[in-house]
Amino acid sequence: MSPEGVLSGGLQGPPAELLLRDVHVLDPRAGIDRRLDVLVRQGTIAELAEPGAAAGESDAEVIEGGGRLRVLPAFFDPHVHLRTPGQEHKEDLDSGTRAAAAGGYCGVIAMPNTEPVLDSAPLLRSLRDAAAREARIPVGFLAAITRGLQGEQLTEMAELGQEGALGFTDDGEPVESAGVLRKALQYQRLCGGVLALHEEDRSLSRDGVMHEGALSAALGLDGIPTVAESTMVARDAELAGYEDARVHFQHLSCSASAQAVAAAKARGWRVSAEVAPHHLLLTDEAVRGMNTSMKMHPPLTGEGDRAALVEALRDGTIDCVATDHAPHAREEKEVPFEQAPMGTTGLETAFAALYSGLVMPGALELPVLVRRMTAGAELFGLEAALIARDRPAELVLVDLDERWTAGEHGWQSRSENCCFSGRRLQGRIQLTLAAGRLVHRDRAPALAGAA
Amino acid sequence: MNHLLSIEELDRAGIERIITQAQRFEEVSEREIKKVPALRGRMVLNLFYEASTRTRSSFELAAKRLSADVVNFAASGSSVEKGESLKDTVLTLSAHKPDAIVLRTPWAGASELVSRWSSAAIVNAGDGKHEHPTQALLDVYTLQRRLGSIDGSSIWIVGDVAHSRVARSNVLAFQRMGAKVTLAGPPTLIPRGIEQLGCEVRYELGELHTADVVYALRMQNERMRETWVPSLREYATWYQLNGRRLAPSQVLMHPGPVNRGVELSGEVVDSPQAVITAQVEAGVVVRMAVLYELLAAARPRQAPAATAPREHEAARVGEGQLA
Repeated sequence: MSPEGVLSGGLQGPPAELLLRDVHVLDPRAGIDRRLDVLVRQGTIAELAEPGAAAGESDAEVIEGGGRLRVLPAFFDPHVHLRTPGQEHKEDLDSGTRAAAAGGYCGVIAMPNTEPVLDSAPLLRSLRDAAAREARIPVGFLAAITRGLQGEQLTEMAELGQEGALGFTDDGEPVESAGVLRKALQYQRLCGGVLALHEEDRSLSRDGVMHEGALSAALGLDGIPTVAESTMVARDAELAGYEDARVHFQHLSCSASAQAVAAAKARGWRVSAEVAPHHLLLTDEAVRGMNTSMKMHPPLTGEGDRAALVEALRDGTIDCVATDHAPHAREEKEVPFEQAPMGTTGLETAFAALYSGLVMPGALELPVLVRRMTAGAELFGLEAALIARDRPAELVLVDLDERWTAGEHGWQSRSENCCFSGRRLQGRIQLTLAAGRLVHRDRAPALAGAA
Repeated sequence: MNHLLSIEELDRAGIERIITQAQRFEEVSEREIKKVPALRGRMVLNLFYEASTRTRSSFELAAKRLSADVVNFAASGSSVEKGESLKDTVLTLSAHKPDAIVLRTPWAGASELVSRWSSAAIVNAGDGKHEHPTQALLDVYTLQRRLGSIDGSSIWIVGDVAHSRVARSNVLAFQRMGAKVTLAGPPTLIPRGIEQLGCEVRYELGELHTADVVYALRMQNERMRETWVPSLREYATWYQLNGRRLAPSQVLMHPGPVNRGVELSGEVVDSPQAVITAQVEAGVVVRMAVLYELLAAARPRQAPAATAPREHEAARVGEGQLA
């Protein structure tokens, strides 16, 4: 991943000087799963040595891992809402990237459904300038596919691409017209970049506020049927296949969508997909108390869908985890369920929630989770973090034994609408290095010998 | 009981307690001076975000017959139209220290939410398409008076189930009282998964004759524009309850207001088998019973905010004042 290229920000602090002594390094891409010393010099991984063998500079901080603390490649989230410009009361470039750093991320991609919508090159330029100044970790941007997310006229995608858009999306809104989407897919041959798709047939989802099922029937809340998503995934996969275009399906929520992606991949179409932690861990049962933090799009689905998504993530049908971090102010969420905006925050809890909820019970292997939490970079043409000599330091130090309660000490995010709030979690990020900088240090570090 | 938010949270004993209390109040309605001092000095706030004639006036009458002070607050023409949130409205009105807030909103779960913001007893008078518990209680009351008991009876609820809070509350209440419930209506207006409440679902009225009680739901005109059914004419052809479909022994109920010629034909509305007027009458005594249960008979309530408990008040208004 190259921050100077298409990502902005993350270069505020000095390059890190750090010796992580006797830590358990796990990096499936690098083929490492063993105890090592990791020496970071001038923000670069200078040495991977046998435990106790590496010698840092005299002024470098030394952290003793005791063979127990883990070092993983830092995560990458291809789907976050940083709410800038226009909705800075929910989140801004600083608070959003602080939240990401606290969650162990070395890079995120921000969605363009801002106010105004990110649909012109001058706006992208100014936003990238702002990110260069304010973002704690590198941020990439997707620009809108259609002007104002109206689903009608294409944006100036080629110019946006030149200005550094990593791709295009109307996230929050589906591209309803197959004809408009087809033109965007064709235009991709000129402008490049990935087309990321929010799949929803509005004629099916209508005014729905939760998953359609027995619970929506009992609560008298309008349901969103899973076919509202899966029929659009199937349609757009076929369009992408026909145009030989590269598309990425955002926040899959049901079994049928995962099957449509598997079928598309089997036909050799260039598709990829992401899934959010809440869809892997929660079901519509969580909506029973009408807690508005449980209201998001797509909605939490049934147990069968949840289990199918875990399996699809495990077998690689779904390529990566993306949080769809969607902050909303307290007063916006403190309303009746039907009135509340869709979305949950997720950056600060993703790893611990998935480790506690999937890895510990044996539903997912830790190396697979690490791969899926880092793969988002590759899907958008960036290099994933790699723990190897001479690579920029993009890594996290994790205590897999530490138990904590989500939100107990507040949040780095400006908003607190987290669906995992109050949950007991295990596994805590101690340090995050992004772009060779130390961007997060846990407030109550369990680090023996920390300077 | 601290609040009445839903039938879901009531068990059979809880329903029966309110019904029994309502029976005691029946006598009050027969008096020349229809008033008892049970809630004298208490304040009941009617907070209505939706238009309602019969529910609001029924609550108002019930509160007045118990000698409570009543304040009506309608959202239209109020600060709500200036953009005040539900929370701020409730906090503001709570400053007047109402003992009970009767709340009607178009939003599911709003009563539960308000119960967290106010120390008043909350009565759900309809929350979106979720529940309308006092309607279900008055329907149980009406049926018990007519049938003696509804244990083991078969009750069909016919019509637009999807948009009906009455249907949800009544399915639960009738089942808790031992009835077997069948929902019938056009497939587009029966929500997927509703049978998991434990009721049967029918799309035709062929077996309607097996019902002891037929409960018709209001078919709203605006549903036509949203094309839930092709036309009112077709709806009436398949689902209208009329002299041909109903046997004289079957009890006919409707929450009102009735669309004559749509869900019900004129002749059945006026027939002796219809208990629609009795339902309206029952509304007052059942709501008296609910307010009494919450404000006079209740154990001291746990206030959610920093409000002092009200033991002294609970002790002051005892059951003795009723007689």
